[in-house]
Amino acid sequence: MSALPATPVAESGRERILEVNDLQVQFPTADGLVNAVNGLTYSLDMGRTLAIVGESGSGKSVSSMAVMGLHDPRRTRISGSIVLDGTELVGASQETIRQLRSSTAAMIFQDPQSSFHPFKKIGDQIAEAYLVHHKVSKKVAMTRTVEMLDRVGIPNPDRRAKQYPHEFSGGMRQRAMIALGLINDPRLLIADEPTTALDVTVQAQILDLLNDLQREFGSAIVLITHDLAVVAEVADDVMVMYGGRAVEHGTAHEVLANPRHPYTWGLLGSVPKLSASGGNLRTIRGLPPSLINLPSGCSFHPRCDFSDRVPGGLCSKELPGLEVRAGDTTRRSRCHLADPAGIFDAEIASTLE
Amino acid sequence: MSTASTETSETVVHPRRDNTREPLLEVTDLVKHYPVKEYTGLFPTTNQVRAVDGVSFDVAPGETLGLVGESGCGKTTTGRLVTRLIDPTSGSIKFDGKEIGQAKERQLRSMRRDMQLIFQDPYQSLNPRQTVNTIIGTPLEVHNLVPKNKRKDRVQELLELVGLNPEHVNRYPNEFSGGQRQRIGIARALAVEPRLIVADEPVSALDVSIQAQVMNLLEKLRKELNLAFVFVAHDLGVVRHFCDRVAVMYLGKIVEIGDRSDIYEAPQHPYTQALLSAAPDLNVVRGAERKERIRLEGDVPSPINPPSGCRFRTRCWKAQDVCAQEEPLLEIKSGARQGHQIACHFPEIKDDLATSLENTSA
Repeated sequence: MSALPATPVAESGRERILEVNDLQVQFPTADGLVNAVNGLTYSLDMGRTLAIVGESGSGKSVSSMAVMGLHDPRRTRISGSIVLDGTELVGASQETIRQLRSSTAAMIFQDPQSSFHPFKKIGDQIAEAYLVHHKVSKKVAMTRTVEMLDRVGIPNPDRRAKQYPHEFSGGMRQRAMIALGLINDPRLLIADEPTTALDVTVQAQILDLLNDLQREFGSAIVLITHDLAVVAEVADDVMVMYGGRAVEHGTAHEVLANPRHPYTWGLLGSVPKLSASGGNLRTIRGLPPSLINLPSGCSFHPRCDFSDRVPGGLCSKELPGLEVRAGDTTRRSRCHLADPAGIFDAEIASTLE
Repeated sequence: MSTASTETSETVVHPRRDNTREPLLEVTDLVKHYPVKEYTGLFPTTNQVRAVDGVSFDVAPGETLGLVGESGCGKTTTGRLVTRLIDPTSGSIKFDGKEIGQAKERQLRSMRRDMQLIFQDPYQSLNPRQTVNTIIGTPLEVHNLVPKNKRKDRVQELLELVGLNPEHVNRYPNEFSGGQRQRIGIARALAVEPRLIVADEPVSALDVSIQAQVMNLLEKLRKELNLAFVFVAHDLGVVRHFCDRVAVMYLGKIVEIGDRSDIYEAPQHPYTQALLSAAPDLNVVRGAERKERIRLEGDVPSPINPPSGCRFRTRCWKAQDVCAQEEPLLEIKSGARQGHQIACHFPEIKDDLATSLENTSA
């Protein structure tokens, strides 16, 4: 582990819960090998919230599902290392992973509509998760379930536990999903687009709830989202992914207020602001790359407006490393540009406000 | 008026609600109730879901009206009623001076050319077994706009207009990405040269970078072709970016309607304020002051039995007895500008909800 590069959150006194090193996830398909995640390295400490941002197909969900051991080993090639709470997951038996799943790491899915079994009562489904990891009677498990439903702000938890998923509204179902995720007191919670299917008012409630629960239990959260405004509100650290690789990783303030990678600039420019109106949005031209045939060199160079400023066509030849650049202390970025800070201050910053 | 909006964001000039304005679309007291049967007790009872319950607004040529609100507030139903994809229970829809609220399908046929829809889901709104040529060419054929031998040329022209490769006319929808499909949907809507487009969440299914591309395309088309839009969306940032006027809906009613600047900078209805306050703000990390937080409790009440009086009162922090007894009218309140109407007994301007960055950077 000593070969690990310095991570942005190497704060002393905090326990490290997750360490991902050079993770590769590939899916063999009829069209060729899909390189979903290509050498991802990051770590997460207890009590921190890491947001993973990127377009669809950037590998943000696939890498997190690997952490949960949710990929079918027969159809997936995983290499590298994932150390969750001291246990190596890559190559571990299904039994080991099942022990850790839900008790050490739990996941909340995007679509609460389809994440519950429609024919089973909400309470029974949550209690089942508790019973798997605890030797207690069903009655105790149900008491614990009702307690948990109450914790996530569901009114009348007694009655609600006996209802079916279709009797819950979208926001309530997402709360129940969070209760299911938290029932075993996991140390790591992975939330995959937890609020994308919800209205803004409910989204605000759910984000507040996640924040409160984190403060209370001190767990670590990985938040997967494409909504940068949500990231700005809740995340401590941000990792931007593109084509299965991290392109920028630092604290939320570094990445969102002083980004150093052209892709991050493009993402930020694409968001219509709540506090400004009219005018054209800055966009990223073109489409996300095919994961079967990733572009040579830096995967982003075909869509990058700044690759002509790097001498010798280096962008299309050589993949830049994810390193701490001059002028930065903790943030790592993956770009050949000699002076991204200068370009950002001179050309980009004014367009983002 | 399309040239007006090319200026900077601060000085956008657009048709004001005044007497000189000729509305293209005028909607008055539009109502849509869906009957639902409930099988409890001995006999089934029929209830009415009040999806849209008395909505009035108008849209001038070249203007964009945004409809915002939570899911279930009736914004999509309103969009579909306006284009007469579904029949209104009562109320009047006037398009270009002609009453179409109760018109028969045969009479509607010719009017459909002037009014088109763009749908939310680009994966479900295109027939997977038709080529792009057929998808975009069918409206040309139905309305007999282009002679048969010129049809393909016109389709290619349209593809180019929405930023797709004209050589792709013979491809099928599955060969395109989500953003490209949405462009095909837009080209299909534009084929008949409409004057009004109802866009139902046109970008919410797309990635941010693609979303920005499609937004810019809509903006460009709107200026070039002088299109009027009814823009249904739940993303307040997108609506602020695109719309001249904004109507906020709650449980089948408009609670506040006004110019963009009125709604975002001086909202008066508590629900509008709560919506704005709930939207996450990217500027927080840039040191902008965190705005006042208003958190609504609970869920939207059932539209089968909406609360008496003001429908928002069950979640409102200002609610008093009068709110339960008397339904507030949508009208201009003191301190509001011309055309800014609020349906609330206790309106109050809150101007610090969405303008935090402008204040700090100024």
